[in-house]
Amino acid sequence: MTVLKARALRKRYGALEVVSGLDLDVAPGECFGLLGPNGAGKTTTLRLCLGLTHPDAGEIELLGEPVPRRAREARRRIGVVPQFDNLDPDFTVEENLLVFGRYFSMPASEVRAKVPGLLEFAGLAGREDARINTLSGGMKRRLTLARALINDPQLIFMDEPTTGLDPQARHLIWERLRQLTQEGKTLVLTTHHMEEAERLCHRLAIIDRGRLIAAGSPRELIAKHIEPHVVEVHGNGFEAWMERARALAARVERAGDTVFVYATEAAPVLADLQNHPDLIYLHRPASLEDVFLKLTGRDLRD
Amino acid sequence: MRWFAIWRRNFLVWRKLVIASVLTNLADPLILLFGLGYGLGALLPSVEGMSYIAFFAAGTLCSATMFTASFESMFSGFARMHGQKTWDSILYAPLTIDDIVTGEIVWAASKAWLSGATILAVAAVFGLAASPLVILTLPVAFLVGLAFAAVGLIMCVLAKNWDFFSFYMTLIMTPMTMISGVFFPADQLPRPVHLFAQVLPLYHGVELVRPLVAGRLPDHVLIHLAVLLVYAAAGYAIAIMYARRRFTA
Repeated sequence: MTVLKARALRKRYGALEVVSGLDLDVAPGECFGLLGPNGAGKTTTLRLCLGLTHPDAGEIELLGEPVPRRAREARRRIGVVPQFDNLDPDFTVEENLLVFGRYFSMPASEVRAKVPGLLEFAGLAGREDARINTLSGGMKRRLTLARALINDPQLIFMDEPTTGLDPQARHLIWERLRQLTQEGKTLVLTTHHMEEAERLCHRLAIIDRGRLIAAGSPRELIAKHIEPHVVEVHGNGFEAWMERARALAARVERAGDTVFVYATEAAPVLADLQNHPDLIYLHRPASLEDVFLKLTGRDLRD
Repeated sequence: MRWFAIWRRNFLVWRKLVIASVLTNLADPLILLFGLGYGLGALLPSVEGMSYIAFFAAGTLCSATMFTASFESMFSGFARMHGQKTWDSILYAPLTIDDIVTGEIVWAASKAWLSGATILAVAAVFGLAASPLVILTLPVAFLVGLAFAAVGLIMCVLAKNWDFFSFYMTLIMTPMTMISGVFFPADQLPRPVHLFAQVLPLYHGVELVRPLVAGRLPDHVLIHLAVLLVYAAAGYAIAIMYARRRFTA
């Protein structure tokens, strides 16, 4: 049983194939993360799954409905939080929820009954009459999340839910998303924030250039793709030391003035570093970010 | 009737700003009507058996309807579609781009109808539209609104930026107003121009409304209605086609 299944999905814009043969499966109740650098095809993939953009090839089944043919029916039970807030600036906070509920053909009384609980959830109780342009970025994002819950969706799509938020606002969103998964809702989110993916997602798919390049839980991905220890080294003489390091560790990479040493055993590397007092180092466990950089490369994607 | 949720959304926003909205929609046509109507009208004998101001009021009813429908579907529609991305958010709900296009066109026609109806009310108050037949101008105004809203929405979903609309305004709407019999009888113009006016929707709106304001039933009613209906229906179909292309391609 899956809530979202995509097979051999393809979408081309002009000469560029943005999604090239993507398969996805999302199970009920999980938080599924779609990771990828800018331009990897994350947003297009979400739009295809929602039936907002039509694929050139491939099949999508969303909550048991074929997409895009019956996407409209599937969207009755779906919530969407877009990357860029598109709250209705002509309405107040409360009116945004009231008007949006009517797009789902919900009776006015039912929508009205839901609003106080949603504003509470969004931390916006008491701001019912505020205009949208007076809200902070975090408040807008929380209101957008509340708006996505107006129809009590089974599945919620979120496109970079915390991009552009300060740490306080981000942590509050994370807490709310965890609350939603505890209530049994399925979440699909895109992000390039590795900490977010590691904290929230049960399962991840890393995509690049429209292709799936790895999938699994954050721990599985780290265990499978990367050595458990990372030592970051910089300081005078790091270039000479880098050559020595190659004999001590499985993989050594340079990015600017920093050497990244990926090792199965950290002890030999750390022991050797004791003989080089000019070098500054940081020893840490491998993270999802290391996996991401290994699989998608360190080149800038603009 | 799913489109009604979109109509309702626009109505709720309009209701908040109703006074400003009605005033700005009516100021221009009414200033023109009374300025030209009384000023120029004093120099003119009756036109087609009516006082010039009554003649011009019938034309203004149509042109105000046209302008309101066009402005709402182009500028306000583009603001909602492109500027504030309201259409994007509506598409997260179980609604389609077809529902949005329908809701926007009917909304723009409704607002245009209100402009036409208000001009009629003002004209009636000043004794320029005394016959009971003027009631029939109300459905005609809605049809004129639908025709121009549908064409305006094609412009909206084709537009890349705001400048796009000035071409339509300057090159199509302004000349259309000149040759369609709003200010003076359309057959005053050279025959080719007069014939050309007859393929445009505004001409047919004026041909229906003016006799009704004068207290007569218009001639060739079916032809005039048919042209307006074709503009509304074809405009609607084309707007949907381009809207789908813009949103789902």
